[in-house]
Amino acid sequence: MTPQTLPVLDAPTAETRLVSGAEALLLGLLAEGVDTIFGYPGGAILPIYDALYDFKEQLNHVLVRHEQGGIHAGQGYARASGKVGVVFATSGPGATNLVTGLADAQIDSTPLVCITGQVFAHLLGTDAFQETDVINITAPVTKWNYQVTEAREIPEILAKAFYIARSGRPGPVLIDITKNAQLDQLPFAGYVPCARIRSYRPVPVVRPEAVAQAAALINRAQRPLVLWGQGVVLGGAEREFREFIEKSGIPAAWTILGAGVLPTAHPLNVGMLGMHGNYGPNVLTNECDVLIAIGMRFDDRVTGRLDKYARQAQVIHLDIDPTEIDKNVAATVPVWGDCKQTLPLLTQLVEARTHAGWRQRFDQFQAEEVDAVIQDALFPTTAALTMGEVIQQLNELTQGEAILVSDVGQHQMVTCRYARLEESRRHITSGGLGTMGFALPAAIGTKFGVPERTVVAIIGDGGVQMTIQELGTLMQTGIAVKIIVLNNQFLGMVRQWQELFSERRYSFVNIESPDYVAVARGYRIEGQSVAARAELRPALEAMLAHPGSFLLEVMVAQEQNIFPMVPQGCSVAEIRLR
Amino acid sequence: MERQEYNITAYTENHIGLLNRLAIIFSRRKINIESLNTSPSEIEGIHRFNIVITETEDVVRKIARQMEKQVEVLKVYFNSNDEVIWQEMALYKVPTDVIAERALVERLLRENGARAVVIRKDYTVFETTGHRQETDNLLRVLQPFGLIEFVRSARIAIIKASDGFNRQLREFEEAKPGSEVIENEYLNDRDGVFAM
Repeated sequence: MTPQTLPVLDAPTAETRLVSGAEALLLGLLAEGVDTIFGYPGGAILPIYDALYDFKEQLNHVLVRHEQGGIHAGQGYARASGKVGVVFATSGPGATNLVTGLADAQIDSTPLVCITGQVFAHLLGTDAFQETDVINITAPVTKWNYQVTEAREIPEILAKAFYIARSGRPGPVLIDITKNAQLDQLPFAGYVPCARIRSYRPVPVVRPEAVAQAAALINRAQRPLVLWGQGVVLGGAEREFREFIEKSGIPAAWTILGAGVLPTAHPLNVGMLGMHGNYGPNVLTNECDVLIAIGMRFDDRVTGRLDKYARQAQVIHLDIDPTEIDKNVAATVPVWGDCKQTLPLLTQLVEARTHAGWRQRFDQFQAEEVDAVIQDALFPTTAALTMGEVIQQLNELTQGEAILVSDVGQHQMVTCRYARLEESRRHITSGGLGTMGFALPAAIGTKFGVPERTVVAIIGDGGVQMTIQELGTLMQTGIAVKIIVLNNQFLGMVRQWQELFSERRYSFVNIESPDYVAVARGYRIEGQSVAARAELRPALEAMLAHPGSFLLEVMVAQEQNIFPMVPQGCSVAEIRLR
Repeated sequence: MERQEYNITAYTENHIGLLNRLAIIFSRRKINIESLNTSPSEIEGIHRFNIVITETEDVVRKIARQMEKQVEVLKVYFNSNDEVIWQEMALYKVPTDVIAERALVERLLRENGARAVVIRKDYTVFETTGHRQETDNLLRVLQPFGLIEFVRSARIAIIKASDGFNRQLREFEEAKPGSEVIENEYLNDRDGVFAM
């Protein structure tokens, strides 16, 4: 906010002591409950790293191999643990390397506080060494950002950063701190967390009449369908959601970031929405009479062609973010609010129903999908291994207790479709931005966020080569992340599109791989490569039993397509099974 | 939906970088900002943006919401031209000898409501205030007479139906906003003023 609102403190008093801006920053992080930082040092952030030397016992700094790896690790940490991810980077290239992760966190609503060093304030605007205009570069991809040029601003700005990052619809925040502000001293009177900002009201006041209208619509519905998204997870409303579904008896389908809120096997979980989602929920989106969207934003990968999307339905939209309401799909009844508050109100008002006949329709579609797609994907009779059977074997071995972190592409869709999830935050993936290279560093962050769980990164041969340098982070920290590289020797999803829509004109989708096992060994990480079905299960078992990190390369069928598929420009009801 | 001129009024904190955060909401959708004015508002410490774009109501509503989502933005209204009182100001620099020698020019200036701001031996600066059409008229009139410089200000607009921002601000400053500014009044009347 405005610097002039800060108290002017010139000298330490009985209650204050002089500390450097850098130390004030670290004290603030401790006060916010931060235990882990992902970062990479450099010239403009040196004073913070110097201060960090004295905080090594309290703050675990993870030295990554590239700032993009650092921010994806921060995202994995935040997504898995529900806490704010903290990332350090230096000015210039260090800061610009954060941009992809910021954009990813912005579109996937991930709470992050990123601290970047900046040149001395008197050098701003002079093209100084490693100076770049980070605030303006990151404005479109941050929820909020701020440049600190005076040490005394640091405690209040840090408090605001954490408050903004985690409140309302969460998102990434960046604070750019000039070197003089890190070095200069300020009288530090203790850290005061931020509780409110007058121009920012993250949680709307719930209107009971909107909830009542929604309940009336639901109680009259014959064929209601619930679509839930990550908003339920971000709101910590998994229990409230489940109570609503179980009382109302409404079939519920999920977006990929909402996965796991209802366990995979829950009788009212009717599957995944969208381009490679399940047959039933896509087709029946265009047959339901009331569509209840909860904490989701009608992404184009979910809706397909908008002017043919659920035109017959009355739409109830529960969301905390007013910009989402009516953005893509007009809501008949908008219920603006935190779903942790609105869902229990709604549950009270809805009638206990079963919708047995309507629920059966989903089963019929599911049976068709099993015959046409799923059986062959999970239990193939062909010689070549499928991605689906790898996930199926993994399900059997981990019983849905591991956290999966997938990258972007065909293997991601397979993981979304077939991973067995017992609860939310068990599958972490880059949803909105579709960032290849996300999985390996995000899996590292996930392991730091939830160390007690097995973390399995599932990555294609394209994505793994984008951030493979983070094997060095695994090596140095010694943590255990299991890495499965599903190698089809293609950029598989692009190849699929070229096969289906460009007459197999395979334009730059052949990608060669290094010897991954040798690369892993170079980083002192155990590895194995398998190509035969008989080897798969023992290799997965060995991977999971191994005490440290492990890289397992699985050679899978080269030209396999992901179905069902809603081709671009088609309605969800035109989903293809083959 | 029909595209027309909309006047967007935003009440904001005075924060470095906010102008860029607001501008990119428009540039991201490839929308040209036709006029932009920032000024103090009726409340000390609160800034007021006046922005003019030509768009459909659907688009301008989405933009208004995205503006209001910015942390430092307190409130955003959008109004069509008939819902606001608006003015623009223009300055015209013309050679003094032309005015002195030609009665016609003097008459045209008078007819167009121009007021002399500075009169020097070599040039004179006139000012008019009004709608676009009025300032444009005088520009066209003066072109043949050796117009040296022309500049027009951004549009400023007062909302006819607004009773100011003081009351809302008091509520914003309360920890729990009262029903007067409970965010979702727009959900009652989606065609009216957007208010978060």
